Formats: sequence, structure tokens, C-alpha cells
Amino acid sequence: MKVLIDHISKVYIDRQGEVTEALRDIHFDIGENEFVVVVGPSGCGKSTLLNIIAGLLSSTSGQIIFEGARTDSRPLTAVVFQDFALFPWRTVLKNIVYGLEERGLQKAEQLEIAKKYITMVGLQGFENKYPHQLSGGMKQRVSIARALANDPLLLLMDEPFSALDAQTRTLMQYELSRIWEETQKSFLYITHHIQEAVFLGDRVVVLSKRPGQILDIVQIGLPRPRGEHLIIDKKYLEYVDVIWGYIKNQVRESLEETP
Amino acid sequence: MNLRTSFPDGMRVTSSEQSGVGKAIVQDKTYFLQMKEHPWLSVASFLLILLFWEVVSRMEWVPPLFLPAPSEILSEGWTMLKTGLIIKHILASLSRILWGFFIACILGIVVGILIGFFSIPEAVGNPIIAATFPIPKIAILPLLILWFGIGEASKVAVIALGVFFPMVINVYTGVKNVDPLLIKAALSLGSNRTRIIRKIILPSILPMIFAGMKLGIGIALLLVVAAEMVAADAGIGFMILTAADLMQTKKLMVGLIILSLLGIFFNWLFQKLERVFIPWKE
Repeated sequence: MKVLIDHISKVYIDRQGEVTEALRDIHFDIGENEFVVVVGPSGCGKSTLLNIIAGLLSSTSGQIIFEGARTDSRPLTAVVFQDFALFPWRTVLKNIVYGLEERGLQKAEQLEIAKKYITMVGLQGFENKYPHQLSGGMKQRVSIARALANDPLLLLMDEPFSALDAQTRTLMQYELSRIWEETQKSFLYITHHIQEAVFLGDRVVVLSKRPGQILDIVQIGLPRPRGEHLIIDKKYLEYVDVIWGYIKNQVRESLEETP
Repeated sequence: MNLRTSFPDGMRVTSSEQSGVGKAIVQDKTYFLQMKEHPWLSVASFLLILLFWEVVSRMEWVPPLFLPAPSEILSEGWTMLKTGLIIKHILASLSRILWGFFIACILGIVVGILIGFFSIPEAVGNPIIAATFPIPKIAILPLLILWFGIGEASKVAVIALGVFFPMVINVYTGVKNVDPLLIKAALSLGSNRTRIIRKIILPSILPMIFAGMKLGIGIALLLVVAAEMVAADAGIGFMILTAADLMQTKKLMVGLIILSLLGIFFNWLFQKLERVFIPWKE
């Protein structure tokens, strides 16, 4: 299985006829079991790209191709949103089985799958809580479990930890790294946080300021499993520095041209 | 109550007579915003007003024909309850309210979702609603009597019409304000359009449905009384009107108290139902 992001461009035209070019000729692929991170300055069209890949937005040109995709009821993608997007009227368990209900799975099967992912993300004992009773970190665990339970080919994550406080965010990064190792799925992760990108990714796609174009794709040659020890690793810091070099110039340029 | 002495000790302001350097203690500027609760005051004032009313009436400062004493109204109500007369009127009004209310809720929810979610019903429905909504529903009653006759149907219809509007507008607004992120999430988890309505839109708008019902029940009470005053042989509105014609002020007052109690009862009921149906509400 391979996902091909095939020359995607996106141009918005608003009601006044004003044209905004969000993405320009984005082309890369995501391999099986690969963790790809897209990093870029804010407003570079990262989320636009994710929505296009998720089938929640149409591109102006180019297409998303899943090569060697299976043909059953399991979806191609599932999304973990920045603001969790949990259904407030459903308990944790009910949120997690949502996609399974939509696929028409038997109740017993739904429960069995849900249980597996509840354990994986560490939500035991919270099954019957409503989202408003949970902390931000817990909410994002539910969202991750809900997406994974649906068994997508590609898990899409749209700045999933930026609504969390810095400490929780760091711990969630460690956990996500472990979860990815456990599931062996393809992940596409979007962030503006460079350290996070290097810590999590096998490859980091660096986008420019708007219109978003690929500046470089950095192969991250750091060993797995990755953990706390990594953040003082010299190679890790070098990768961070290289990517910061790209991004810094982009942010500086857009600072100067903003009216 | 003396506000100054009720400041906590640390909050007291000290001021120095002569200008210069002194001690300044920070004062809580939001102090007056902190609302206190006075549960006893609510009960006591209510009882006091009743007592005052009783005295005014007993001393005949106001003729009892205009303002009968609360105790007399109560005993009149008790007699009417024992003879079963009151029950007949309450049941007549209640059945009209419930039918009208039920029909309006169903129609309001269905139409509200349709015009909120689909563009063609929205284009067709919005101007019709905008044009008919401002008409006072009592003004439509004569027309409804022409259409449905003088019996139950026209009364139920006017109540249904009155409750329909707050319902449909609330539901429409609710649908328009459903979090688009939740719809996206459901789509990405495999829902189609009809499943989105059932599993995302409907639970999302439940609070708005209850808000519409609370608005609607007040309107239903208003309209049932109005309709019964125009033409009826039973019902609370009919009872009040005939009592007034015969100068039976006590009976009239009993009618008003029943309307108040019905309003309180429905409010309480909807609050309970809301708890049951919206358990995720904080």
C-alpha cells in the first residue's frame, strides 16, 4: 500500500472574486507503516492539504491515490482533529464505536475492537464518561482511539496536540510514538512544531509560507523506539536546526510582507 | 443591610487623614457583583403579599366582588374540585393543548430540519415562514373556525399554529449552528447524509428543541384561553369568561390560579425531561 499525494494544488476564490492560492503542486508519497510529518509556518495550507487527503475538501488540481488499497468497508482515512471533535452526547465508548456502527458491525465485535483501543490509549475506567467530564489529553486519546478503531489505511492528524498544555503535549508525543509502533499503520501528522515533527516522523515534509510549496523532504534517521532520551541527542538537534533554518526564513519573510 | 460592616476584615479600606505616604490595602472591586441567595426572603415575601391581600379583602378596603380573599378563592377551588366541575374544564383545555402542542412539535422539528439542512426547502420555506410568522395567531382563529368548524379542530389548529413557529425557528437556528467539525468527523467515520441527520443533527439540536417547547407551552396556554373565550362549552378560558359574565370573581380567580399552576407544572416537566434526554449537558 502506498498513498500518492499527486501534484495537489488548491486555489480559493471568495465571493468578491479575490483569489487565494493555498497550495501549489504538492507532491510526495506515504509508504506502508510510515510516519510522515508535514511541518510549515502557520497559514501555509497544511490543514487544507489534510482536508483534501481526508476527502473533506476538493483540490483545484491533482489527486490523492491509494495504490494497492483493500476493498472492504474499512475507510481509507480517519482524522484526529485539533479540537477533538468528539460527539458530546456520546460516552467515551460510544464515541469510539461510532465508525464501527456506521460500518454495520455486530455489537459484540464493536465492543471487542473498542476494548482493544481503549487499552492501547489508556482509557480504561473512562468508558462511560461524557467528553465534557474529561481533560484535554483524555479527549484527544478518545479521538485517537475512535480513528484507529475504524482501521483506516492512513491516519490523518491535524495538529492534534496544539490545544493541550505543553507538559501534556510532550507526554502525548511519547504515547503517540508508542501507539504508532504498536499499530504499524501509515500516519500523516500535521504540525507547526518542529521538535514534535522530528521526534515523531520518519520523514518530515517542510512546506513554505503561502502558497504552500514543498521546500524539502527531510529523512529522519533516528532509531526507534524513540523516547525521552532523544531530546538531548545530537542528531535530533541537528534535524531540528535544519528544519528551523527553512521555517525561520519563511516566517521572517511573511512577517515583513504583512501589511 | 449595611454593606460596609459586611466586608470581610481584610477588605476594609483604611485611609489616612493627611496626604503623604501611608498604607494602602487592596479592596475587592467585584464585591458588589457577588450575588447572595435569599431563599427565605422569596418565601416570606410571597406569604406576606398573600397576607396583605387577605387583610385588604377581609377588611373590605376593596369590595370582595373585585378582590376576593385568597382563603375564599381557595375554598371555592376546593368545592369546584369536589364537584368535579374544575376537572372537566382542565381536561378539556389540556387535551386541546396537548394535541396542538404535539402536532406543532412534530411538524416544527421536521420542517425545521428540512429547511435548515437542504437548500431547496430552505429557499421555498423561508419566505413563507417569514410572511406568516408576524401574523398574531388569534387573528387567524376566525379563518380556522371557517375552515375547521367551531369544534375542537379549530382550537387545536390555532394552538398548533402558535407553537409551530417558535419550534420551527428554534430548530432551524439549531441546525444552522451545528458544529461543522462534528459533521466532518462523522463523515470521515463513514456516515452518509441521512445518518448525519439522525446521529449528528438531531442530538445537536435537542437543547434548541427543548427551548422551543418551553417557549411554545406559554403560547399554547395563551391561545387555548383565547380560543375558548371565542367559542367553547368547556375549558378554563370558557370557565373564566362565564364566571366574569356572572360576576363570580372567586371562580374567575380559581381559573387564573389553575393557569399559573399549569405553567409552573409544564416548566417543571420540561426541565425534568431535559435532564433525562440531554444527560451530557454540564
